[in-house]
Amino acid sequence: MKRAISRLSSEIVEANQGADNLYLIGIRRRGVPLAERIRDKIESLEGTRPAYGIIDITLYRDDLSTVGANPIVNRTELSEDIEGKCIVLVDDVLYTGRTIRAAMDQLMDFGRPKKVQLAVLIDRGREHRELPIQADFIGKVVPTKQTEIIKVMLKEFDDIEAVGIFERPSE
Amino acid sequence: MDKPFRRRDLLGIRDLTAAEIRGILDTAENFREINSREIKKVPTLRGKTVINLFFENSTRTRTSFELAAKRLSADAVNISVSSSSVSKGETLVDTALNLDAMDPDCIVVRHGSAGVPHQLAKVSRAAVVNAGDGANEHPTQALLDAMTIREHKGKIDGLKVAIVGDILHSRVARSNIHLLTKLGATVRVAGPGTLVPNDFGHLVESGLAMSTHIEDAIEGADVVMILRIQRERQDSAYFPTLREYSIHYGLTNDRLNLAKKDAIVLHPGPMNRGIEIASEVADSSRSLILDQVKYGVAVRMAVLYLSTGGSMGTT
Repeated sequence: MKRAISRLSSEIVEANQGADNLYLIGIRRRGVPLAERIRDKIESLEGTRPAYGIIDITLYRDDLSTVGANPIVNRTELSEDIEGKCIVLVDDVLYTGRTIRAAMDQLMDFGRPKKVQLAVLIDRGREHRELPIQADFIGKVVPTKQTEIIKVMLKEFDDIEAVGIFERPSE
Repeated sequence: MDKPFRRRDLLGIRDLTAAEIRGILDTAENFREINSREIKKVPTLRGKTVINLFFENSTRTRTSFELAAKRLSADAVNISVSSSSVSKGETLVDTALNLDAMDPDCIVVRHGSAGVPHQLAKVSRAAVVNAGDGANEHPTQALLDAMTIREHKGKIDGLKVAIVGDILHSRVARSNIHLLTKLGATVRVAGPGTLVPNDFGHLVESGLAMSTHIEDAIEGADVVMILRIQRERQDSAYFPTLREYSIHYGLTNDRLNLAKKDAIVLHPGPMNRGIEIASEVADSSRSLILDQVKYGVAVRMAVLYLSTGGSMGTT
């Protein structure tokens, strides 16, 4: 995972010609520590610490009336203006693309960034996509079946660092 | 996490557990940020309808609920009694059934009689939120008071809270007494003997310190909550004159000095300056009256979200 984050960080810096206008935004929950790590890595590479924020997509979900119980609302923290910035959204897993759609819609309510890119640690493969959304920076493509769940475990939440594939428990 | 708020209706604080109350407050905390954005709107309740059904006058509460609904992208319809068919003789239940037939997702109701929201909740498919029923409860007011206290004191557990004024007629007092004691605060109430009923001591299990002297309640308090003297009730003789009330129960700087140095002052509004609260107190930095109003929108957003959001069908 460490090497994947290093590589993602270098690719992000290369694609954006440095860290000056960069703005990393972690998507809650697991995108947040990943964005922090990429930020640290970019600082050690470039000597500049990119701007950083957190987005919570709960209020922009498209499945509120079907999820059953209320998802917990957390806070979005974008203290710096996103206007004109090169945004890199960071999440752990790219699957259907719906989370990213929600994050982008919310982002647009905060201003008009110069561009928005997407970095994910795991891409489960294009065949799962339900929206025309692809990642610009990918840690690893892990082809999975729909009956499987992929879980990125980070020490901030899970005590261990690992990526696991599990069979979805049958109903 | 222990059980957060999962019910559809918010009828009163009395029925809620401490965990449910904390759940609502935590959610409201996270909604606050939206109100400071340039675009104060999220699409969460798009396509949902909220009816504000107000049988009593209200500016603050109605506006607050309306803004809360609109900032969540719900459509809000306001009905006030003067323009409603109730004045044409329709019964409450019939009004409710007719509104319900238009498929609203939430009905926010204020009424002069206790129990109206409970009755509505029985016949309506929509979620019902109590915006004040008679002298019974005003749950969202107690929640926004709690949010203000938490924001400034960091906690509620262990605090000493004084509630002063017309306790007898106050739904704000009742909801606050339930909420604050559930979250571990000590509540002391004070007011004229005619307005502090003896049986109030049994309202909460832990009991309630009651006094006819404002000083007893305020001494050493962390929070001083002043209630509005309802001038409209002045034809009944609960106390001789407003002037006399003000002399014995008005909150002045001198009286406030009996409280802790960093004590805060709350008032649910609308306030009668110079009667229950002196201007020197109302305009001081210890008075958080406008913070209360500000947090009110976030609290109501949280309540609307929790009762109409994702929890359709679960009670």
